[in-house]
Amino acid sequence: MSYPKLEDEKYKVAEKVIKIAPATRLEGHAQISVFLDDNGEVEDTYFQVVELRGFEEFCKGRPIEEMPRITTRLCGVCPWPHHLASTKALDMAYNVQPTPAAKKLREAGYCAHMLHSHIAHIYALAVGPDFICGWAADPAERNIVGVINVVGPEIGKKVLVARAHAQLIQEIIGGKATHPIFGLPGGVSQSLSKENRKKIAEMADELLEFGKFTLQVVDDFILKNKTLVDVIVNKDLYYHETYYMGMVNDKNELNFYDGQIRIIDPAGNEFSRFGPENYLEDMAEHVVPWSYLKMPYLRKVGWHGFKDGPDSGIVRVAPLARLNVADKIPTPLAQAATDKFFEVLGGKPAHFTLAFHWARAIELMYAAERLKELIEDPEITSEKVRNIPTEKPTVGIGIIAAPRGTLMHHYECDDKGLIQKLNLLVASSINYPAMNLSMKKVAKAVIHKSEVSNGILNLLEMAFRAYDPCFSCSTHALPGQMPMRLNVFNSKKELVKTISR
Amino acid sequence: MPEKIKLALAQGATCSGCDIAILDLDVELLKLFEVADLTFAPLATDIKFKDVEAMADGEITICLYHGAVRNSENEHIARLLRKKSKIMVAYGICAAYGGIPGLANVTSKKKILDTVYEDTATTVNPDHTRPQTHHITEAGHELELPELFEEVKTLDDVVDVDYVICACPPTREMNVKLLNVILDFVNGKAPLPPKGVILASERTLCDECPREKPEKVVIEEIKSVDYTKLDPEKCFLEQGIICFGPATRAGCDAKCIVVNMPCRGCMGPTAAVLDHGGSMLSALASIIKVSGAETEIPEEEIAKFMEKLKDPLGTLYRFTLPKSLLKRVVKE
Repeated sequence: MSYPKLEDEKYKVAEKVIKIAPATRLEGHAQISVFLDDNGEVEDTYFQVVELRGFEEFCKGRPIEEMPRITTRLCGVCPWPHHLASTKALDMAYNVQPTPAAKKLREAGYCAHMLHSHIAHIYALAVGPDFICGWAADPAERNIVGVINVVGPEIGKKVLVARAHAQLIQEIIGGKATHPIFGLPGGVSQSLSKENRKKIAEMADELLEFGKFTLQVVDDFILKNKTLVDVIVNKDLYYHETYYMGMVNDKNELNFYDGQIRIIDPAGNEFSRFGPENYLEDMAEHVVPWSYLKMPYLRKVGWHGFKDGPDSGIVRVAPLARLNVADKIPTPLAQAATDKFFEVLGGKPAHFTLAFHWARAIELMYAAERLKELIEDPEITSEKVRNIPTEKPTVGIGIIAAPRGTLMHHYECDDKGLIQKLNLLVASSINYPAMNLSMKKVAKAVIHKSEVSNGILNLLEMAFRAYDPCFSCSTHALPGQMPMRLNVFNSKKELVKTISR
Repeated sequence: MPEKIKLALAQGATCSGCDIAILDLDVELLKLFEVADLTFAPLATDIKFKDVEAMADGEITICLYHGAVRNSENEHIARLLRKKSKIMVAYGICAAYGGIPGLANVTSKKKILDTVYEDTATTVNPDHTRPQTHHITEAGHELELPELFEEVKTLDDVVDVDYVICACPPTREMNVKLLNVILDFVNGKAPLPPKGVILASERTLCDECPREKPEKVVIEEIKSVDYTKLDPEKCFLEQGIICFGPATRAGCDAKCIVVNMPCRGCMGPTAAVLDHGGSMLSALASIIKVSGAETEIPEEEIAKFMEKLKDPLGTLYRFTLPKSLLKRVVKE
């Protein structure tokens, strides 16, 4: 059989509601409900996040200096952005600057983290199964094993080795790849030995080659396949004109670790920019009754429901957004790839949702180039990795460009340094309104007359997968039984009764 | 070539780091896939609930369940996968002991709801909306959400568990050992190990700590990591830094200690210990520096000493509250 497999047999569904549960190749718990009208056309879809844990509340009373090691458990897929947003929040809370070597170590470990995260998503979770096996491939083979079968064990091994390198670099620098521990206010707990630097430098070279290889994979497997490209640039499918937000340095160049957050409007003009001190002026969250996850939006535009355009506060984050907001990528290979990206996609900003994947591959290249720069910097082995704070902690806000978008941690503590207030605005949740938007549009475009297929339903899931959501991250609320309210509507959709407990 | 076994990776209230830990087998994954088909694994495969429901009981050979049990869906998955799997593994500290999400057992439902949906800095909620277990939209669309439990539970609170693998997350070395157990079983070389904790040492982290062991540890004053210059060679407890080494199961390769940070107990206690926090507290009590004879520590001295332990509950039970003697502590 030939790959990618893009079509499969349709069947008619008898029900008015199609439920996809659980949503898969997704980090965390979610489900999709598609509602059909009498003609079998899509009325609406809901992408529900069905889980909560409770960090904002149960972190109260915990010592602020422990937060980098507690909040990592928000997410085991992207523990580094949490660890570092938290550590940066501590820098601010204790009013202490990290030493230059500490900053470099944080960023180097972070580049390795980006590499691991993007490699896993591209090859194992999304692009591999959906575009290389094909979105209509048998669900039983639409996974990492199926990808290895299609591309062959040699490429499979290459990918696994590159990812293992990225993990090992994180472990050397941060203590553990998953759930790093080294962040302290004013620096990190340990310097990098010359021996370990050499080890990392060797792996960084290989990762640089792997970055080039990945861009080649995008070329060979995706861009050379006209059917795939036609779907990617089809404005009736995965396309939304929205605001974008991402981190840039003072020259408006891409940076993952430090800088300001820049927001552009759907036409590409700068709309706003903020740092940790004033993130509340730009960011707000709306609550819906049908999901445990809140809907973040731009406060200055407002929440106006699930629509795109300049009048909707829906803003997108993560790789596509970051390429859209940055004037430049400060490393040569990633910049060259970005030039090609916007050329093929017809200019900047690019609004094609599936282009998130391509942007992710370009960021992988940038992370490899930046890692090499940092590890070649002689200062990285300096033993001065900590400025020990002298002040009492108060309020700390840390912002970082996470693999899945802009991440913000906001802490307030009491006189003893115990957390009193905590706010977490998490990357995947910022894209959550847009994921719903994308899914509604795709569902309406591909489901007609109650006819679906495995591949068609997977096209709906591809709408969220483009964003590489991680709902482990986003679901930081609660134990306990939810209050229940039942609204009963009559056929004219008038509320006739409310039952609550 | 023997028939392939079926492997499932099920998830409860989790950070998904345990899924990543499996991915960290890297090239060894190819060996795993030679003998095992990955079935239900929401992070990696497209097998849905209905596919699992259609399986015969016991059709899945081994299920690794990670995450705590804190809502009706987590419990449903645990029960469903228990029924369909021959072997159920509580994989990682959350499934085994509650983990960090288990810290939610220090607070009340109401406080959490108010915090998350009202009081957080970015939340704008003039209508006081809360997620509903059952909701009908204005368009008449009926939507359901899982019901959250009063407290965070561990996997063995809801189903029978065959093996436990601790750690947060399990290390690559632990997974390679697990893989070898699976390989030996599939190839008929060895039966499966008896029910109980596997792949874990019964020693404590102190027994395997790479730092120089002092003859006798005495703590004069508890210090916190933020203001203390951390000596990379000396025992953390000797430096006054709380380190969970004496109370915590070994087997993590002391990864935190290696980057000059103290242990916080993510491996949980050894099998001999009922209560992780209690065990650490008893270790602490034995090393406090006292002015009088050891049998008569003045109460004020104990109080003064313990005052420096700013968050006793969250420190002593960082990873194990739901499986402790306390289980849940709610101050109203």
